[in-house]
Amino acid sequence: MENNQKTIVIAALVENKPGVLHSVSNMFRRRNFNIESITVGQTEQKGVARMTITVRGDEKTLEQVVKQMNKLIDVIKVGRLEPENIVSRELALIKVNAPDAKTRTDIINCVEVFRGHIIDVSPETLIVEITGTSDKIEAFLNLMKPYGIIELARTGVTALARGTHSIRIEE
Amino acid sequence: MTATKMTGANALLEALERQGVKHIFGILGGAILPVYDELCRHPQIRHILARHEQGAAHAADGYARASGRPGVCFATSGPGATNLVTGIANAHMDSSPVIAITGQVPTNGTNTSYMIGRDAFQEADIIGITTPITKYNHQVRSAAEIPQAISAAFYIATTGRPGPVLIDLPKNVQNEVAEVSFDGKIDLRGYRLAGAPHPLQIRKAVELLVEAERPVILAGGGVITANASDELLTVAELLLAPVATTFMGKGSFPEIHPLSLGNIGMHGNPLANKMLLEADVLLAVGTRFADRATGNLDSFCPEAKKIHIDIDAAEIGKNIEVDVPIVADAKQTLSAIYERLIKQVKKRTDSPWLQRISEARKLLNPPDKTEDGELKPKRLLQTLRKLLPESAIVTTEVGQNQMWAALYFKALKPRTFISSGGLGTMGFGFPAALGAKTACPDRHVVDIAGDGSFIMTEQELACSVIEDIPVTVIVLNNGVLGMVAQWQRLFYKRRYMAVKLGRSPDFVKLAEAYGAQGFRVESIAEFEKAVKQALKSTVTTVIDVPINSEEDVAPMVPPGCGLGQQIGDY
Repeated sequence: MENNQKTIVIAALVENKPGVLHSVSNMFRRRNFNIESITVGQTEQKGVARMTITVRGDEKTLEQVVKQMNKLIDVIKVGRLEPENIVSRELALIKVNAPDAKTRTDIINCVEVFRGHIIDVSPETLIVEITGTSDKIEAFLNLMKPYGIIELARTGVTALARGTHSIRIEE
Repeated sequence: MTATKMTGANALLEALERQGVKHIFGILGGAILPVYDELCRHPQIRHILARHEQGAAHAADGYARASGRPGVCFATSGPGATNLVTGIANAHMDSSPVIAITGQVPTNGTNTSYMIGRDAFQEADIIGITTPITKYNHQVRSAAEIPQAISAAFYIATTGRPGPVLIDLPKNVQNEVAEVSFDGKIDLRGYRLAGAPHPLQIRKAVELLVEAERPVILAGGGVITANASDELLTVAELLLAPVATTFMGKGSFPEIHPLSLGNIGMHGNPLANKMLLEADVLLAVGTRFADRATGNLDSFCPEAKKIHIDIDAAEIGKNIEVDVPIVADAKQTLSAIYERLIKQVKKRTDSPWLQRISEARKLLNPPDKTEDGELKPKRLLQTLRKLLPESAIVTTEVGQNQMWAALYFKALKPRTFISSGGLGTMGFGFPAALGAKTACPDRHVVDIAGDGSFIMTEQELACSVIEDIPVTVIVLNNGVLGMVAQWQRLFYKRRYMAVKLGRSPDFVKLAEAYGAQGFRVESIAEFEKAVKQALKSTVTTVIDVPINSEEDVAPMVPPGCGLGQQIGDY
């Protein structure tokens, strides 16, 4: 069973009104589907929000997730994005222990390699901003662990399909 | 767009009238008073005062199932709304178009007048509570929005796969005076209905059906919802395909028809359960392959190629894998299948498969061993069938009474057998009967009940007497919570725990206390006499029928087993 598991990204255009996030998350809970991450934001179209949901499951489950999403009345459009056909990004803010100059330099070197930014400096800490795929962020976090991660905030994955394929509401 | 100045409460009732609503079941309270005050000025709508909101919701459900038109119920905020919950969940599981309108505490206010979100008196988050058990719900935030909200509610509840919709109306919105227009269009861009059946899928289905040697049709509740019984009959007769029904599909195919196999399932007819396993092609129409219908999925129709027609795309592949899925209306799809089939198959009158079925029918239908005069459920329900006209509507409670009714009371027409299938709600049958009788006042309505279930909503006797909605309740009184007692008997070595009801109350006196009439019968002859009197009565009748508390519903497919593993005698 475990072998058949895969991760996909569901992009859903939803009515931008109160209660929609509740009805979506409620459906996931009720049907025993797992949300790995979810992000919600406004779109270029007025009154429409976009949810990007990362889900893991076997093919049958993933098919049901998409169908059950489609059934929700405030969900306008649902797209299933396969990992190989998308660009996806996640942003992480990481507060790391940096009590001395040597540590500081080491961390800054790592941040440069990962094309991140230092966005806050205090005598004891640094805050790093890293953007990239979830794998890249995981790799960076592993590098930071020895220094001591004080606080971590991740946005969750957001994604678009590559090329002309897009999920939008035709006017 | 023409707009008229009016209150939200008036806009609500105008909107309901425009939807053709004639009856509302409900109970009022503080947060819905403006709407009830407006009811005084809308005499075209009859309000029926239930005695508990659960009764109101079930009555609206029974109304909808009997008539095919949406049933409407009202409740106040807080406990009024939460008391509707069981009824709404029940309607949701059985895809019944119920519209629930609830009052809510005001959305505005000052420090001295409480508002929503501040744990006001009789405040409950009914939108949050009912999200997983409604097809749609919505809290209206302004009076001007009401006409569209109501149009959308009815449209969503009644189209596609029907289901309950709840509209929550804060009290200040009911009182708000606004320019209200009734000719605005509803915009539901996220709600798309299934289109016509795909011609390619129809062709594939017909290819399978033409080649089939042992076809079986499985008809579910969707056939009744789609009013597709006539189409089902023509396809079945053309193919000479026997028809089994799911519990929700009971009534979609006349059970006295030679092609009828009866219900499948845990307490299905052995013939239906057995023949389904032998099918080489299964045409399933409007069913979600519920666990109580299919038994263990691994041994469900293992040999058959499966065609699955359902209007809800999410039902395809949810419980079983199928070979030919068709997402469309059952009536349209069966018509399309028939049109194509008729060009390819000749009408026949017999087939080896039919002969096999008629042999099995003889084997699996042993002669009735009930001794004369013995009050056995089988004999009682067969007698009831003889006494009731074809058009009579039967509702049931839940448990043994329900399964006996499913086994022995033959439904002849759609919408004449109304029961809580998915949720299994004890207490559904009686208020549902009141709803059915309200929708169809010229027809007899009988609730087949058990003593345990009837007690759960028995207070609606007051509603039935005072509101003059006469129905008949037959209490198969075994003094126990019979179905769970049966499970304790079979699967817990007869360790009876918490199932004895002790033959209390006295149902005859109970009926009389409410102003209804009550009979206790000790023989089939007395039963016949009581039913005949009830059918002539202008007041609700409760017939108390004492039966053996050890009587099982048999046969039975034990939980976790396949349909072929039925135990016990029919």
